[in-house]
Amino acid sequence: MSDQEKNKELIQAKETWQQKVNKTIEKYPERKTFKLDSDLEIETVYDPLNMADFDYADQLNWPGEYPYTRGIQPTMYRGRLWTMRQYAGFGSAEETNERFRYLMEQGQTGLSVAFDLPTQIGYDSDHPLARGEVGKVGVAIDSLADMEILMDKIPLDQVSTSMTINSPAAVLLAMYMAVAEKQGIPMDKINGTIQNDILKEYAARGTYIFPPRESMRLIVDIIAFAGEKIPTFNTISISGYHIREAGSTAIQEVAFTLSNAIAYVEAALGAGLEIDQFAPRLSFFFNAHSNFFEEIAKFRAARRIWARLMKERFGARNPRSLMLRFHTQTAGSTLTAQQPDVNIMRVAFQALSAVLGGTQSLHTNSRDEALALPSEHSVLLALRTQQVIGYEIGATDAADPLGGSYYIENLTNHIEEEVLRYIDRIDEIGGAVEAIEKGFIQREIQASAYRYQKEIESQERVVVGVNRFTQSGEQPIDLLKMDPATSQRQVERLKEVRLSRNQGKVAESLQELRKAAQSDENLMPYILAAVRAYTTLGEICGVLRDVFGEYQQQVTL
Amino acid sequence: MADKPLRVLVGKVGLDGHDRGAKVVAQALRDAGMEVVYTGLRQTPEQIVEAAIQEDVQVIGLSILSGAHMQLLPPVLEMLREQDSSDIIVVVGGIIPREDIVYLKENGVAEVFTPGSTTVDIINFIKEKVEQNK
Repeated sequence: MSDQEKNKELIQAKETWQQKVNKTIEKYPERKTFKLDSDLEIETVYDPLNMADFDYADQLNWPGEYPYTRGIQPTMYRGRLWTMRQYAGFGSAEETNERFRYLMEQGQTGLSVAFDLPTQIGYDSDHPLARGEVGKVGVAIDSLADMEILMDKIPLDQVSTSMTINSPAAVLLAMYMAVAEKQGIPMDKINGTIQNDILKEYAARGTYIFPPRESMRLIVDIIAFAGEKIPTFNTISISGYHIREAGSTAIQEVAFTLSNAIAYVEAALGAGLEIDQFAPRLSFFFNAHSNFFEEIAKFRAARRIWARLMKERFGARNPRSLMLRFHTQTAGSTLTAQQPDVNIMRVAFQALSAVLGGTQSLHTNSRDEALALPSEHSVLLALRTQQVIGYEIGATDAADPLGGSYYIENLTNHIEEEVLRYIDRIDEIGGAVEAIEKGFIQREIQASAYRYQKEIESQERVVVGVNRFTQSGEQPIDLLKMDPATSQRQVERLKEVRLSRNQGKVAESLQELRKAAQSDENLMPYILAAVRAYTTLGEICGVLRDVFGEYQQQVTL
Repeated sequence: MADKPLRVLVGKVGLDGHDRGAKVVAQALRDAGMEVVYTGLRQTPEQIVEAAIQEDVQVIGLSILSGAHMQLLPPVLEMLREQDSSDIIVVVGGIIPREDIVYLKENGVAEVFTPGSTTVDIINFIKEKVEQNK
């Protein structure tokens, strides 16, 4: 029988089956309309007829081969598992250092630093706007002295460290390099990632300082400098995570992230860098949300789109430039304050989707994060969840185990098409920077967030323990208690640092930095010099605020 | 005679950048017929109080998820008292531990809405509270 005849038979068979389905539905109506988070209506079943244009070599190919749909390494997790990297940081550098060392003793394989909001927005701990915020959502780092304590007894040539820092990324990176110098570690031996992704800060996360143009210059300075001095460091982690947390759909998450990535690539090319020099150090960060199959397809689609964009749009040739490497975090916004132990299950499924989607590194949220910063016990459970997925359940035995599933491949294709449509729209607006300045991206995210909330309130979307299966009289669980004296101690240490350093050197470093900021010189060497002299983060960012000005938020509602 | 629409200031206090909740609530209040002024991010307690008085609102809704609520909310309440404006109803949304909720409610916050609250709960609470205040 020819393929054509076979196909014809299949179509006929499906029609017969569909009539049966219709009868079944008449008798037993389906529970609801089935939709993806991204609003696609899902069919009852997927079959070879949904795969009419399927081309294995073109759309999937083998793991480690272009367009990397099936993963970026030929053997995936058979060689090495993903990096288990729990985002942590609170209070002082001492407390966070202790949590880091605890996590490493428990088998964590990479560090991830959470900074407090004053640090993320370039204020020292004694700034009036730091009131109440010091050491709260992360660790307070004012100067090299704090970074030395944070990384105490942690050999920086043996761990990779991810730092969630954006506007002042250059300063924190310089501090990290200075600590490595003091540990006697050669610069080409330090590994890690700085987030350094300002565009999503304007659109979704909120820790911006400078206007877009000046911010983009800082980012390009870092990319150029790091490419030379710390060649194995990831200079940016282009993040969809926070876009999703702000309420976007899966498709918007990928579309806005890749549009931002395009803007960074164009900025670096505009500064005269070569695509294959810097593109291998671009990394990504995505969210693992609740719709299990949609998320797996999302990761696969993102890899394929990126590979094609880099090759076709930017002419990259180095395979490493084409590979989308990403970190994943489970979705904080899906955690519930009600029946918090149920969050353990949510996190496990979300984490599994990231692994089946081929993530390079993973953070699993803790069950108590809708209530407070996680307790040590909750963090341990979250890490153990990754270890169960990695070592017990066989999820890592074959590369891309869901590849070829009719459903997964259809979802992957659908997400790819819709993402490309969005990228075209953003290109028409004039690129990601323009789209953010015009509020387009913010409004798109907001509309999705509102729709999501309405779906919960109408019970169209079920959240166990919140709008179904609720329970009254819940017992409170033990939460992390913050030490209220941390902030005062941090301010005192800052004072001591300011008193004990060489003031002449500090003043000189700031003056040099100001001059460089007014020119178009690369700022990294000046920031590094300032940091070595124990100039504080607030002092460095203060000079840059003077020269660059501050971003005024585009309020959209 | 139809009532004048309720006026509400929705604000983000402190350095916290999580504005999903604030924006969803602002939009829901607007859809419920209220007039909403949204401040955007990074407001100080002083700016919140000033805007509330200037905009002549009956309700202030503050969103905070950074854990700085015990430092940033009491000044708002205090300044409202100082300016003879404690008739303005203050409601709060965010990640706030139970014992802090008790303290805040004893000190002038009308209600604290934690994760899982619905916009319908918030709208109904505000309407009832404003009615009581008449």
